[in-house]
Amino acid sequence: MSSLSATIQDVFNEPGCGKNANKSEAERKKGCTKQLQPGGAAGGCAFDGAKIALQPLTDVAHLVHGPIACEGNSWDNRGARSSGSNIWRTGFTTDINETDVVFGGEKRLYKAVKEIIEKYNPPAVFVYQTCVPAMIGDDINAVCKAASQKFGKPVIPVNSPGFVGPKNLGNKLAGEALLEHVIGTEEPDFTTPYDLNIIGEYNLSGELWQVKPLLDELGIRILSCISGDGKYREVAYSHRARAAMMVCSKAMINVARKMEERYGIPFFEGSFYGIEDSSDSLREIARLLIERDAPDELMTRTEAVIAREEAKAWAAIEPYKPRFKGKKVLLITGGVKSWSVVAALQEAGLELVGTSVKKSTREDKERIKELMGQDAHMIDDMTPREMYKMMKDAKADIMLSGGKSQFVALKAGMPWLDINQERSHAYMGYVGMVKLVEEIDKALFNPMWEQLRRPAPWEDSAKNWQARAIAQMDAEAAALAADPVAAEQARRAKKICNCKTVDLGTIEDAIQTHGLTTTEEVKQHTNASGGCGFCSVRIDDILAARQASAAPVMQAAE
Amino acid sequence: MAIVTVGKKACAVNPLKMSQPIGGAFAFLGLRGSMPLLHGSQGCTSFGLTLFVRHFKEAVPLQTTAMSEVATVLGGYENVEQAILNIHKRTKPEIIGICSTGVTETKGDDVEGYIRLIRQKHPELAAFPMVYVATPDFKDAFQDGWEKTVARMVEVLVEVPKAAARRDPSRVNVLPGCHLTPGDLDEIRTIMEDFGLEPSFLPDLAGSLDGHIPDEFVPTTIGGIGVEEVAVMGQASWTIAIGAQMRRAAEAMEKRTGTPFRLFERLCGLSPNDEFLVFLSEISGRPVPLKYRRQRGQLADAMLDAHFHIGGRKLAIGAEPDLLFDLSSMLHEMGAKVTVAVTTTQSPVLERIKTEEVLIGDLEDLENLAKDRGCDLLITHSHGRQAAERLKIPFYRAGFPMFDRLGAGHQLSVGYRGTRDLIFDIANLVIADHEDNRQPTPDTWRTEGVGAAVDVPAASLH
Repeated sequence: MSSLSATIQDVFNEPGCGKNANKSEAERKKGCTKQLQPGGAAGGCAFDGAKIALQPLTDVAHLVHGPIACEGNSWDNRGARSSGSNIWRTGFTTDINETDVVFGGEKRLYKAVKEIIEKYNPPAVFVYQTCVPAMIGDDINAVCKAASQKFGKPVIPVNSPGFVGPKNLGNKLAGEALLEHVIGTEEPDFTTPYDLNIIGEYNLSGELWQVKPLLDELGIRILSCISGDGKYREVAYSHRARAAMMVCSKAMINVARKMEERYGIPFFEGSFYGIEDSSDSLREIARLLIERDAPDELMTRTEAVIAREEAKAWAAIEPYKPRFKGKKVLLITGGVKSWSVVAALQEAGLELVGTSVKKSTREDKERIKELMGQDAHMIDDMTPREMYKMMKDAKADIMLSGGKSQFVALKAGMPWLDINQERSHAYMGYVGMVKLVEEIDKALFNPMWEQLRRPAPWEDSAKNWQARAIAQMDAEAAALAADPVAAEQARRAKKICNCKTVDLGTIEDAIQTHGLTTTEEVKQHTNASGGCGFCSVRIDDILAARQASAAPVMQAAE
Repeated sequence: MAIVTVGKKACAVNPLKMSQPIGGAFAFLGLRGSMPLLHGSQGCTSFGLTLFVRHFKEAVPLQTTAMSEVATVLGGYENVEQAILNIHKRTKPEIIGICSTGVTETKGDDVEGYIRLIRQKHPELAAFPMVYVATPDFKDAFQDGWEKTVARMVEVLVEVPKAAARRDPSRVNVLPGCHLTPGDLDEIRTIMEDFGLEPSFLPDLAGSLDGHIPDEFVPTTIGGIGVEEVAVMGQASWTIAIGAQMRRAAEAMEKRTGTPFRLFERLCGLSPNDEFLVFLSEISGRPVPLKYRRQRGQLADAMLDAHFHIGGRKLAIGAEPDLLFDLSSMLHEMGAKVTVAVTTTQSPVLERIKTEEVLIGDLEDLENLAKDRGCDLLITHSHGRQAAERLKIPFYRAGFPMFDRLGAGHQLSVGYRGTRDLIFDIANLVIADHEDNRQPTPDTWRTEGVGAAVDVPAASLH
């Protein structure tokens, strides 16, 4: 049995991750996870991440071994959809009590598995480890093994207690559990040259079904989706797929890469968000399948479907163009990391503001994506007041972001649309993009806003909180302008790297003192960009700006 | 008298219960400028936070000490210290409320000791209001976390009045249980103010989580009772505790300040509100205002109209003890039969519930028993939605969390008016269900053998 810490090290060593490959040996050991700040952290734990990744498997009983908090506070809270079984939505937990904490909870866990199998008879039981039983030393691997033998049914340990790290680590540990215990354990009834795995797609709001009809039409079979609307057996025989698409950024890159390594299944990273990305992904799927001996004509048919769907989508978006003319969107997203959402919104006539997204040439695409990711990252750290100022400065008409900024936007009278995972609408594929445009239209033109923005008749609009906040911030800015020393301090205090809390001044000093010229050197001296790595583009900017301003000085000195 | 039984299953299925620390954090959300802090792994906080946000549709402040595996084993002093310093610096709260969790209780962190050390080490925190409550996840439930936290707030934040201090006859403390909504608190406030009384609610969720447009940009709670107002609660003439869970806090208040208390176990229904208004009339020396005499008449009339629909209903209800007691008693008084009652934790009110057996269990128990006993009305929180779908009986959502419908914070059950509307809502559900699913057909009353369609020979017609 590989220990949990060994598995975590292994996950951190992911060669499929570009960011990781650029790290030094020592840094790789530290892992890719952001150091959590007590009193300043947000987001789920590793258990949460593991559950998110696996819970969409619809016919599996997901049993949480721990005190009531872990399952009682969180069950049935995901928007994934099932076309069949609903057992995944049933909350199972050992709800361990004080006695279990003192004497150990293994017996209770074993009995719990037995009860589930007797009452619900699912094809498999997944057992999730949590912090408390991990601390008291409950060996869930041993219990699962014993239960599996006794009941003749897969009982899969998912070793991802909350305190080992954040959500994204949990996603990967969930992947490891599938790799170790599930994938490759069964065989499909038949295979075809068109068998595809989709990895890291959770079918939230049923969005996979916005794309599936196209795959069906092309004769491409989703052999296994890990894990949206997936079934245990499909995952177990997923090693017989010809190709794989990995969605949802890097959440399950370890699964995609190790399946390539072990079973020779080539994969690509793609997305079905936006028109352009949808087309790219369909092409890429066809290309990989053809490489693995699917007939060449698949590409011709794929291109035909793409052409038809694109034309349909653009035609559906066309009527919105005049309505959207001059409307500005503040787009802050780390979730839907897709440039082609941006492209489609621009195509619909919306102007994007607030982020650094202006150009739409292909060369800028990667860079803009990273900047947008960084902006989304920064918003976690913003006070509501700053967030309001940002909306105001951007003169935006609508804000598209993740759930966290929702209440600030709405309460400031700003139309807002959720584009992260909690959203209730499905936005995938060509139809999804049209849906998104429709939703933006509905939010933008709701007549309610006009009334809500008017102050109460007995209120002085110059004294409402919006005005006060802006006045306060303006006053602060004016004070800074009048005081160059303080202004310089404030400028230097600007945080560049969130993960490692490194400010601009520290970076500038390091560049100055050590004559640094690359982001890598800056990282070595200051640790900036040593966390998630998103801010490396900002460090590039700082270096470029300094070189630009330094060059004439040097010439003058010569 | 009901027999209270505890479920014997090893595996809880579809939990009714939520954990104690978030019940504690919930209480801290009723203080102004407050930042609740869970001492545990970041997931302990994020699950609770998601629940609150989905229930109230509001930004909710809730922080974590973000315990890692190593910190958990070595002890969490540094994390608690850093968390407090960070929160104090960044969000400038007026109070930090700290609850422990399962992880840190398993290790046995001495958080009271930590706080003493932190106060010594950081002079700026020496007198800063902080309240700590021990709330391990592996014991008790949401309601218990609330109960302990409010009691602890009284012990820590309420000042002992000076011996000669005079009591203010118009000031009354209200200690509401966690089963009351912000809407309920506002209703109670209005009723009391109509008697010329000045109520102080501890905690006051109506101030912080009533879904208002904020007047201020702060990352802590906006609204709620201020620490300085809590400090002088000892000068009030009376304390009113609502729900049996609040006895502990009321006793703590009495012990500390000498303020006498009156416990109202229920405020839903006709007689409980009669008692409540008579009491308010007594302590205020004012007659019951005309407004409430009219409302009493309206409630009585609502009961008349609704008893046709509620009378005889077989109720399956799953809720925390005080809400269970309150709603089931009211419906029992309307002629419903409390056929299945499931709850989360022990309480002295359980054996007085008007049913044969109260089970400390989960929603699987509720669903199975409701099916076996042919229940035709289901009441529980939003997690009952799957059971309701399978049982195909009318489902009234009550309690926390209510994440799949809007207006959870404003749902009323207290007062004559609140009871009246609640009765209408439930009766309407029953009526709608009757219209949609239980329309009679020519075969509804036909039983096999009696009057069953048979070929009648033509000759016999003569």
